[in-house]
Amino acid sequence: MIGIIDYHLNNLRSVQKAFEKVGVDSFISDNAAELRKADKLVLPGVGAFGQAMQNLHSLGLDAVVKEHAASGKYLLGICLGMQLLFTKSYELGEFDGLNLVNGEVKVFPTSVKVPHMGWNQVEIVRQSPILNGVEEKSFVYFVHSYFVEPKENVTLTQTDYGFKFTSMIEQKNIFGIQFHPEKSQTTGLQLLKNFSEL
Amino acid sequence: MLAKRIIPCLDVDKGRVVKGTNFLTLVDAGDPVEQAKFYDSEGADELIFLDITASSDNRSTMIDVVRRTAEEVSIPFTIGGGIRTTNDMREILRSGADKVSINTAAVNNPQLINDGAENYGVQCIVVAIDAKKVIENKWKVFIHGGRTETELDVVEWAQECEERGAGEIMLTSMDRDGTKDGYDIALLKKVTDSVRIPVIASGGAGTLEHLYDAFNDAAVDAVLAASIFHFRQFTIKQAKEFLRSKNILVRT
Repeated sequence: MIGIIDYHLNNLRSVQKAFEKVGVDSFISDNAAELRKADKLVLPGVGAFGQAMQNLHSLGLDAVVKEHAASGKYLLGICLGMQLLFTKSYELGEFDGLNLVNGEVKVFPTSVKVPHMGWNQVEIVRQSPILNGVEEKSFVYFVHSYFVEPKENVTLTQTDYGFKFTSMIEQKNIFGIQFHPEKSQTTGLQLLKNFSEL
Repeated sequence: MLAKRIIPCLDVDKGRVVKGTNFLTLVDAGDPVEQAKFYDSEGADELIFLDITASSDNRSTMIDVVRRTAEEVSIPFTIGGGIRTTNDMREILRSGADKVSINTAAVNNPQLINDGAENYGVQCIVVAIDAKKVIENKWKVFIHGGRTETELDVVEWAQECEERGAGEIMLTSMDRDGTKDGYDIALLKKVTDSVRIPVIASGGAGTLEHLYDAFNDAAVDAVLAASIFHFRQFTIKQAKEFLRSKNILVRT
């Protein structure tokens, strides 16, 4: 069963509903013991990085995510949830992340509009089972003001917003998606289905 | 690259769509959720529901619309109308809306923008601005559905909204709204030149060329349209084909 981590920042129903649409059962929980039983974990999220880390920590869920990743079980971070997997973020200050993926979260340059909001395309950098059936240059829905800069070669897809930034990552059992698969119609659903079948 | 967005807007009164209910193919064309599903399937990039119900007693009716839409629709949607506090925002966002739009409440209490952005993130705070031209090249902000003039200059107010944490501006020209004469390009351009957040053009769309003009001449990020889609003058698909033929990047 897929566990969706609720760290009290937003409504997670849309993520659960998207899994339902592809016939996958999932549960939403903020409880460490319950989430430890999940085969796969999804760390979703919108909101601010610092607040998210604080909430995860006060609910004891940062430890759950780290244990889960260390055990080799599949983990998927979505949007802010993907950014939290990284070493450090510069969103409204400087905050340590979960440090499961080596790299930093940075603000977009002043040359582009922020937030990066709307439908943009994914360019596949390297193939992966999670990308099965996803076409090159598919449109997906983004809403974010910060982007990840991995220090290692984990980029699966990149997206062009005046410059190319990493929009999906894979590092062994850890996956990250910067856009919102639950708001990206068929392409998004395909990704979630693929994740559930890993 | 980032695609330009087309956003149909549905006016909802007491849980029912009040304009453009001649969707012959829908079982219940007055049901906002039915219309939302239809626009989703047709390729709309987002949706906006404007709750025009005057009294706040109907909050629960709107919450029910939000819940049902979140269950049925797979594109992002925004709720506007009657949102006055961060509690109102939370209730709507927790029910499944992606963004909230505030207008009069933001003017009366600009701190609401900061509080909303800090609590829920800039990405879900849309500030709607109703603009009316007062002299050549100068527009004032109006509130209470356009009935009350304020002292605020539209460009300055848009910049203040951005500083306070608005994620997006929905800019309506009261002079053009309902005319079908096209968007107020000068107004839109003035604002897109002055802020770094996305701007949604609203008010005046009557033809597909008007949509193109807003993207091409005023560099807006999205166009909001009501009547040209509601009355089936054009479909979303036709609008996108037209824009694509003019080299505007839209989502396929």
